[in-house]
Amino acid sequence: MFDALSERFERLSTSLRSRGRLSDADLDEALADVRSALLEADVELGVVRAFLDAVRERLSGEALSQSLSPGQQVIKAVHEQLVEVLGGTPLKITYEAKPPTVVLLAGLQGAGKTTAAAKLAAWFKQQGRQPYLVAADLQRPAAVEQLRVLAAQVGVDVFSETSTPIRVARQGVAEATRLGRDVVIIDTAGRLAIDEALMDEVRAISAATTPKYTFLVIDAVTGQDAVATAKSFHDALELSGLIVTKLDYDARGGAVLSARGVVGRPVVFASTGEKLADFDLFYPDRMASRILGMGDVLSLIEQAERTMDPEVLSASAGRMMSGTFTLDDFLAQLGQVRKMGSLGGIMKLMPGVTKEMRTAASNVDEGELGRVEAIVRSMTPRERRDPAIIDGSRRTRIAKGSATSVAAVNQLLKQFGEMRKMMRQMGNGATPAMPGGLGKMASLAARGTRGEQLPAGFEALGAGMASAASAPRGGGGKNKKKKGGRVTPPKQR
Amino acid sequence: MIVLYVVAALLVVVGLVVLIRRRRRPRRPLSSPPRAAMPTVLVRDSTPIPTLEEDRSLSERLGSSRGVFDRVRALGAERDVPAAQLSLVEEVLLRSDVGVATTNAVLEELRLRGAPEGVAAAVRASLLGSMSAERSTTTVAEAGRVPVWLFVGVNGVGKTTTIGKLAQRHREEGRSVLLAAGDTFRAAAADQLEQWATRTGADIVRANEGADPGSVVHDAIGRASARHVDIVLADTAGRRANSTNLLDELAKVRRVADRAPGQVVETLLVLDATTGQNALSQAREFLSAAGVTGIVLTKLDGTARGGIVIAVERELEIPVKFVGVGEGVEDLIVFDPTAYVDSLLGA
Repeated sequence: MFDALSERFERLSTSLRSRGRLSDADLDEALADVRSALLEADVELGVVRAFLDAVRERLSGEALSQSLSPGQQVIKAVHEQLVEVLGGTPLKITYEAKPPTVVLLAGLQGAGKTTAAAKLAAWFKQQGRQPYLVAADLQRPAAVEQLRVLAAQVGVDVFSETSTPIRVARQGVAEATRLGRDVVIIDTAGRLAIDEALMDEVRAISAATTPKYTFLVIDAVTGQDAVATAKSFHDALELSGLIVTKLDYDARGGAVLSARGVVGRPVVFASTGEKLADFDLFYPDRMASRILGMGDVLSLIEQAERTMDPEVLSASAGRMMSGTFTLDDFLAQLGQVRKMGSLGGIMKLMPGVTKEMRTAASNVDEGELGRVEAIVRSMTPRERRDPAIIDGSRRTRIAKGSATSVAAVNQLLKQFGEMRKMMRQMGNGATPAMPGGLGKMASLAARGTRGEQLPAGFEALGAGMASAASAPRGGGGKNKKKKGGRVTPPKQR
Repeated sequence: MIVLYVVAALLVVVGLVVLIRRRRRPRRPLSSPPRAAMPTVLVRDSTPIPTLEEDRSLSERLGSSRGVFDRVRALGAERDVPAAQLSLVEEVLLRSDVGVATTNAVLEELRLRGAPEGVAAAVRASLLGSMSAERSTTTVAEAGRVPVWLFVGVNGVGKTTTIGKLAQRHREEGRSVLLAAGDTFRAAAADQLEQWATRTGADIVRANEGADPGSVVHDAIGRASARHVDIVLADTAGRRANSTNLLDELAKVRRVADRAPGQVVETLLVLDATTGQNALSQAREFLSAAGVTGIVLTKLDGTARGGIVIAVERELEIPVKFVGVGEGVEDLIVFDPTAYVDSLLGA
């Protein structure tokens, strides 16, 4: 949401620095921009006001730092405030001493409760728990069926019966106890916060099942209404936290800020895509960085750790560093990356990725990756080990075998060559020329493999927007080598 | 293909980092660093949020201050609306999700023209002036072709429910209806539509999950044409509006539906009233992908007002045609801009 904002702030002239502190007029102007940005991001008006007051407070007393331009100082204050608002005490999921641990999901119609229920079940399963789903949405036609289908995909059983939601919930928990399941997730019908009868019903469900966690499922594209909704559900159910869905839309997700600000409960989970893997714990500092366009490396790595197979990785890692990476390794790794979820979702987490690249990545269809796989699979083992031997006639054969074109084969080979070069550079300790912040990340990674201390994830990689913004524009930082002919594009922020 | 390059880079980096982490700190719990406690509730007393009741009586509040305003004008001062009233108007509009741009336009107009009839009336006129005049719907196609209404939108806005309600409306108006279960992505979407078909006495064509939505729509039109059905209502899968692939797929479904004997006479974008500024980009994307001819604004029975449709009408000239005001089958009504704007302003 702050893409344009940081640019506008650059214009807050550096001459201000000599004055020692921002004047009230300068501040007013800067904060007016922040206000528009927040409102355009759907942050609720009351929350916006509180936010601005807090930022003003941060800035007013402080003398201007010599190392930051006034604009950067404002951004820094905004970032810190964002983290504070989004953060607070994170909720740590614990389990009842006497199982099952009951989790109740509630929310408006269409917020994504049923999908979130299935994704949550998958998450608990991954934590080594035995979740059980209860389909207490008897309102929407076929909601039970939808939960069944999704649950089957994650391999979790569903309890349902045709009675009343309250009965279903109670019976579901009883059944889970009987089966020895330790987590029960109750999916309820969507309801409007002003619908007294339905709110009473969900209150009764809550009373009948005494959930340890009650989550409000809220849509990231929600507008000003997020506050009213969150408030009424909180009043009725005493929420333990929020689950934000549809964070993969290009919405700026101000609703997260609003709801968080009003109910004072943390956002616990976030759903970032249609795939069941696109779901994870929500980390406020990472979200703040993402909002500010700084990427979210930690989430990325965790997602990788969850889905990638260490065997496959370690097998190819040695070859990677020594520059003898083969197309077989590439194929194996491609498979690993595809397991991580949608490319668009992954790219969102990358630092230093321009908006264009992100859009491009979210538009790569799985088919395109499939074609790449097909090309590699159409090569002989020898060709995969040593792509240099692939001549014209081999190319034609490969193109035919993979139902692609020679041009596509050429492109793949060229890119593979570049990739190998990049890896070799990395192995030698240089920073490879890669788009955006990738180079920096890669060199950090390489340093790590050589046993150097890795700076703590986010702080180092994000390094605050200050260092990124203060680096000379277009010139790249000190650790950007121009080897390899590829020019690192200037930062787009 | 640049994407592949990026993917490759990503893969290298991620792979390496994962390895390092595995090697060095195999089981380090990932917790955020401890941070200072923050107030549990962000909105403090210093920033009172006017309650919705106060918003509702906006016209009263503006009315009561009209005297002040008249006095200002009588004094021969500039035709300025007092700043306090401007900020009140701003607040009401922003809280209704009308958006910053439209709100500023209204305020600008107020500043320029003043409000001789009273501020509320001026705001009302300004909003209505930017909305479309034409919002009729078409139910007939060329001779020999089957009229198709295509429903598009993001996930969870209520497309399927809207179709059910509109099926009922068409049935009541004496038309035979065939539903095409073109949402082959969401689990059990076709089941949900089938229940609506049963409830409203409409026919339905469906296929297995994961089937090509274009083929479902094609079959539906074929059957509708053979049986001389009066209108086809075609469902599509909810899709995010920032994915070219998903929008391309939608464009294809539309092309299939528009091929004889079918003819798409309405493409209705279903928008959720709780949606904020993202609705504008949804409308923009769906307009270019599927040629949206109208909007159905759903879930208006809650506390959300869906003011973003004013921005949509103003910027993209897509008229709102129906609004959903409840769960019942009859709770879908024809949109009335005057009544809507009045309700926004709390009259």
